[in-house]
Amino acid sequence: MKRLFVLAEHRRGEIRDITFEMLTKGRELAGEMKAELTAVLLGSGSEGFAKILAEWAERVLVVDDDRLANFNAEAYQRVLSALIREHGPALTLIGHTSFGVDLAPALAVELGMPLATDCVGLRYEDGQLTITRQMHGGKVNADAALRGAAGCIATIRPAAFEAEEGGPMGGEVVEVGSPLEGDIEVKRFIEYVEPAPGEVDLGEAEIIVSVGRGIGDAKNLSLIEGLAEALRGEVGCSRPVVDRGWLPKERQVGSSGKTVKPKLYLAIGISGAFQHVMGMKASGAVIAINKDQRAPIFGYSDYGVVGDLFKVVPALTKKINELRGAGK
Amino acid sequence: MDIIVCVKQVPDTAEAELRIDEGGRRVETGGLVFDINETDNYAIEEALLLRERHGGTVTALTVGPDGAQAVLRKCLAKGADRAILLRDEAFEGSDAFAIAKIIRSAMKDARFDLVLTGATASDDGHMAVGVMLAEMLGVPHASMVNRIEVRAGAVRVNRELEGGLEEVVDVRLPAVLTIQTGINEPRYVSIMGIRRARSKPLEVLGLDGLDLSEGDVGEAGSWIKVTRMYAPPAEKEVVILSGSPDEVAERLAEALRARGVL
Repeated sequence: MKRLFVLAEHRRGEIRDITFEMLTKGRELAGEMKAELTAVLLGSGSEGFAKILAEWAERVLVVDDDRLANFNAEAYQRVLSALIREHGPALTLIGHTSFGVDLAPALAVELGMPLATDCVGLRYEDGQLTITRQMHGGKVNADAALRGAAGCIATIRPAAFEAEEGGPMGGEVVEVGSPLEGDIEVKRFIEYVEPAPGEVDLGEAEIIVSVGRGIGDAKNLSLIEGLAEALRGEVGCSRPVVDRGWLPKERQVGSSGKTVKPKLYLAIGISGAFQHVMGMKASGAVIAINKDQRAPIFGYSDYGVVGDLFKVVPALTKKINELRGAGK
Repeated sequence: MDIIVCVKQVPDTAEAELRIDEGGRRVETGGLVFDINETDNYAIEEALLLRERHGGTVTALTVGPDGAQAVLRKCLAKGADRAILLRDEAFEGSDAFAIAKIIRSAMKDARFDLVLTGATASDDGHMAVGVMLAEMLGVPHASMVNRIEVRAGAVRVNRELEGGLEEVVDVRLPAVLTIQTGINEPRYVSIMGIRRARSKPLEVLGLDGLDLSEGDVGEAGSWIKVTRMYAPPAEKEVVILSGSPDEVAERLAEALRARGVL
């Protein structure tokens, strides 16, 4: 029986969304491949997770071990490579998350199994796996073929596939003994560090005026603050603005920052790398202002202005203030 | 502490119009400006900071064409002690796996406590070379690192997780760490640095200096082969507004009113 493995990702008592996104895509692929869809669950005391996953997969392989309680790439790799060697899945899906990025490349090298990372598309053509991934910050898509017939590993971009309702699959839960021996001494999980509480919660904001690298310098931020004030919105930003220390981390929108869902989102001088898009694509109306007409952000926007933000933003602020004044 | 930093020269495509070449499998790079990959710039800075605090050496290494010497010179000018360019026509078309094999081979006799590299390359974005290299070298790793503290025989690092969360992990040395942007403030190159860099060693190695054959590198030695490149489909149908800034502002305001957000 051919198998398709999906590695369940969980953290602090919750199965993460990427798991269900992969299981949804996995079900479609397993159908095409005529393979059994298997969820692989590594953890400690995770019977509850196994029950949930059984609604999404035909089989759930569970390895229960204290050393798997928190994610540790070293421990996970040892267990997962043993499972893959034993069951020989034709394809193993792992999230392209901070968890998967730490695990998959080493696992692939250990197993000598071809790896494609950050996939946004997967399909089989004549028994050969073809994947789609993005390059140059989302400006180009590339289709690529994976070599080797014995089995492949692919990491899947979060939110690239939509999770549908699960089951009822009534999958079989199979407990497997842990192959781990002794302590994992080379790599030890110590603790989680929470983000510092900030003065704003962008997750609650109805209007967000976000700014990116295009602003050029911290001293230009007043332009953006002026527009945010006129719109009665909050200022957000993309990662480079925080990396340069121009705005605090609490205002960063994206996969490593906040996920937001305002009625209106303005992306100003933001190119639209997927790490940013993941944090804002659920917004209502999106307006992008960028001087590069090929900026990926336009593909996620309702309205776009190809132009100089230093001219467009002041004009827009003035216009909105006029309208506000007239409405008083 | 002896540190090897793997850097990459990448085209700046942030505001460039990209063209796919006639073969349909590559981006035309003619006319683009090349520089050190952004996360690698933080990696070289972190290596220099660690050397300032703990002593040792910093070696910058890259796989690329002759032109990639420019990023190595930049690393030397910033303060690296020596540099290695791995260059061979046979390396062209290498994916992350083949690149990791080339670096592993060049490092096989090197003494090191740490290997640092950027968490991701801005061009192909595999996020894989560093972690693959660690496995090939048989040493532990941590990816997406935004803080490093050196301890006895180990480093305590913060890894960036989703949503602003971080995890603290102890990793035994020697180890490979992949570095995130924002971990430090990369220095600029000084005139003095450029002058000093001229007398620093820059070694060039090709396939015949490595324990690899042609089948191990380039497309032949890669796991993935790009078959087609194209512009990504848009998720939303965007309405592009044009005109003078005042005209655009007027139309945006109308659109906002129509949607009830103004």
